[in-house]
Amino acid sequence: MSEESTETLSVVVEREMPHPPEKIWCALTQPDLIEEWLMKNDFEPVVDHRFNFRADWGSVDCQVLAVEPNKTLSYTWGAFGLGSVVTWTLTPTSSGTHVRMEQSGFRPDQQQAYHGAKAGWPRFFAALEQVLARID
Amino acid sequence: MGYCFCVQATADDLFRALADPTRRAIFERLALEELPVHALTEGAGVSQPAVSKHLRVLKQAGLVRDRHEGRQTHYSAQLGALAPLIDWTSQMAGFWQSRFDHLEALLKRMDQ
Repeated sequence: MSEESTETLSVVVEREMPHPPEKIWCALTQPDLIEEWLMKNDFEPVVDHRFNFRADWGSVDCQVLAVEPNKTLSYTWGAFGLGSVVTWTLTPTSSGTHVRMEQSGFRPDQQQAYHGAKAGWPRFFAALEQVLARID
Repeated sequence: MGYCFCVQATADDLFRALADPTRRAIFERLALEELPVHALTEGAGVSQPAVSKHLRVLKQAGLVRDRHEGRQTHYSAQLGALAPLIDWTSQMAGFWQSRFDHLEALLKRMDQ
């Protein structure tokens, strides 16, 4: 299940997994395990820790924002000059864990002024959607 | 790791061109109407050479088209060029879905 919105420009993926939160937490936070399902990395579950995800197509610059063991993990995700935040939320269920990943808040890494307007990506995408709707 | 950002080759130029807020603002104005450089420069707080430079980058990314009329060059936005960008969030959703598959496979392996 996934949803997306050009207005808030967020990507959400949620899934029920038949495993306890503690085990999923290990997979989300141990570098050797992260590498097995996501990318090579130098992650540490420490707030403010800066790290990279590396793949053959390039790398993603990240910084840890929040760590609440077995519950919540949040880090910035910078790629293509766009900054976003990836947040993992683990909720125990009767048969395992509800895993939710939200990547949101896409905005330029560097802000500049033009006409005194903040031409942020979300505003841009919202405006773009309106323009495209008119064309249809 | 079979999955990659397949749009990257085409979207990379777009992102680079639009990552700059000034260029994005120029593009937004040109999406509303066709304009010559001086009209874009007026009140922009940016010099005409700077605007011209931004227009070149936008043109290279296929985002802006120019039309010569007498001595003046008129610029307009090419909205169709944004298609790879609009696809990007669905590409990201696809990326994470695929990562979730790998995560589940790993969790199964951890049982053994």
